[in-house]
Amino acid sequence: MQKRTLVTLFSNLLMLFFLLGSPPVMAAAEGAVASSSQGHPWWFWPLVLLVVTFVMGIFAVLGGVGGGVLFVPIISGFFPFHLDFVRGTGLLVALSGALAAGPGLLKMNLASLRLAIPVAVIASACAILGAMIGLALPTHIVQISLGGTIIGICVLMLVAKKSELPDVSQADNLSSALRIYGVYREGSTGQIINWKIHRTPLGLGLFIIIGIMAGMFGLGAGWANVPVLNLLMGAPLKISVATSKFLLSITDTSAAWIYLNQGCVIPMMVVPSLVGIMLGSFVGVRLLAVTKPAVVRWIVIGMLAFAGVKAFLKGLGIG
Amino acid sequence: MADRLETKLEAGPEQVRYASILEKGMYIGLLILFITFIIYAFGLMKPYTPKDNISACWIMSVHDYLECTNIKSGWSWVGMLKYGDFLNFIGIAILAGATIICYLSIIPILVKNKDRVYAVLAFLEVLILGLAASGILRVGH
Repeated sequence: MQKRTLVTLFSNLLMLFFLLGSPPVMAAAEGAVASSSQGHPWWFWPLVLLVVTFVMGIFAVLGGVGGGVLFVPIISGFFPFHLDFVRGTGLLVALSGALAAGPGLLKMNLASLRLAIPVAVIASACAILGAMIGLALPTHIVQISLGGTIIGICVLMLVAKKSELPDVSQADNLSSALRIYGVYREGSTGQIINWKIHRTPLGLGLFIIIGIMAGMFGLGAGWANVPVLNLLMGAPLKISVATSKFLLSITDTSAAWIYLNQGCVIPMMVVPSLVGIMLGSFVGVRLLAVTKPAVVRWIVIGMLAFAGVKAFLKGLGIG
Repeated sequence: MADRLETKLEAGPEQVRYASILEKGMYIGLLILFITFIIYAFGLMKPYTPKDNISACWIMSVHDYLECTNIKSGWSWVGMLKYGDFLNFIGIAILAGATIICYLSIIPILVKNKDRVYAVLAFLEVLILGLAASGILRVGH
């Protein structure tokens, strides 16, 4: 009975997500913006943000992506808020999600502090640089780059494979010197797994680019962290996902301070978005048991692609 | 001894301390953010920017917004906490500041364990985050 209720709820949410993402609704939203955002009472857009981010939070969990990567392209593409404030809010949304998940993942020893600390030094310094570049560039250039990045993320989501336990025959010198290795218990089998990493210098080098992009677009960076940690550096998938989530709490902190100090944070946007995403995530976790992740993932990729194209065209002054 | 510690299934002491402080920072930050937002949204404290004007602000670039509202960037919000909208920045700053406290808290453990490289890396991270938080770095369109 409870399962049937959840399935019904999920079906309704799916319809709502399609409805929110459908061109007529988006066009109506844009029309409302174009006519004048002054025509609505002050609570109208925060309420819309709350509802949209609630649905977004559900799909972020089910689609296995972070809230920030959905928030920035969708909200900047289809809603009246300037990209400066959307990026500031997006970073705080991603940061809050990482702060909420980080302590548990660290305590369970799934997120590795030894792996995260060297990576974070590079990624957070570069996120500051990225935030400064993003705020210095003209908005349409950032919008075009954002669109291109989102389309790239869709391609990455389509082609990137995952490896539960990558084969790392020998740890490289740098990771050995830094003692980046560990042990965890695989919950599903009870197996004790020893892990180590390789190709550390190359992996750390890639976090320069990841940090810059995270700061520039306010996206969070789980979409890039996980493939680098898992496929390139050879950390087990669970360690990669957990460490990536925790890592966002550091990378996004540095970029968030830049946006905060530049004035890109409006509480009337931030709080409804945070509440919406968090409540959506709670519901998403409950729905996880009754949904087909593959189907949801395709929907999320479709929505992201649509938002990416929209951001690209908006930057070009066409959309 | 250090190697044995590393390979234990349980998280190391520095990781546990980091997690505990991060958890407290997150709960305190979110709680304060929600309380201050209720104060703001229900008009219990007068906002600096009237709520009816807010939708005219978020369509502008941040440069135009600051100029139009005569708000100073950086830490000037601390001097404007008497306004309902700026009160929300307390919770936001706690959320954004929790990580710095976490790093500061683990440096003594790393030093005590003679884990000098990580102690230096942790200190470097504090400097990076402190630089970002300081407001020294300024950019604009």
